[in-house]
Amino acid sequence: MADVFKALADPTRRVILDELRERDDQTLFEICGRLSMKHGLNSSRQAISQHLDVLEAAGLVITRREGRYKYHRLDTSPLRAIVDRWPLAPEEE
Amino acid sequence: MKITVTSVFVDDQAKAERFYTDILGFTVKDDIPMGEHRWLTLVSPEEPAGVELLLEPSAHPAVPPFKEALVTDGIPFTSFAVDDVQAEFERLTGLGVVFTQEPVDMGPVVTAVFDDTCGNLIQIAARKA
Repeated sequence: MADVFKALADPTRRVILDELRERDDQTLFEICGRLSMKHGLNSSRQAISQHLDVLEAAGLVITRREGRYKYHRLDTSPLRAIVDRWPLAPEEE
Repeated sequence: MKITVTSVFVDDQAKAERFYTDILGFTVKDDIPMGEHRWLTLVSPEEPAGVELLLEPSAHPAVPPFKEALVTDGIPFTSFAVDDVQAEFERLTGLGVVFTQEPVDMGPVVTAVFDDTCGNLIQIAARKA
């Protein structure tokens, strides 16, 4: 749980999650391209890779090797602990 | 000074020649025997006098691990221009080509990345009007 909060605290990591929400199974290259071209975030490839490691440790990103390629996908299930702990109020009509 | 030749390292020149001509649609410009390998260059039929692509053997021991590391992270070795990335993605997928990145709008360009079956990823890109 603490890992999830730490992972979400960084704005670049939140953008990575936004982009993975758009499409599953992205390579490191695709993620770097999206951050740079769509969000003007010019972090180094190594820095993005380290952000992905943090997200993976928190369970928010799952990596998968398919043949020679490594893909990343979003897993939102760790976020369930947040609404279980602080349930959402029902929406007003 | 002008750029006349650029190269891509291929695992197997004969296989690469087939993929780059039959699937991608380039034409052979020079094919000259050079010891155990060939000086094998291609041009685009859209630009027969344009820059040549040399299909260079991956024979040096440093090359395979270098290529493998790029492929793992999805990094293309080089990039080719197309008019319509989505149309080319559909055409190539229909021919069995594997894409590691489907067409994505990257601001001024649309790009996609495919496997050339010779150990490289190649990007295709189209500038938006």
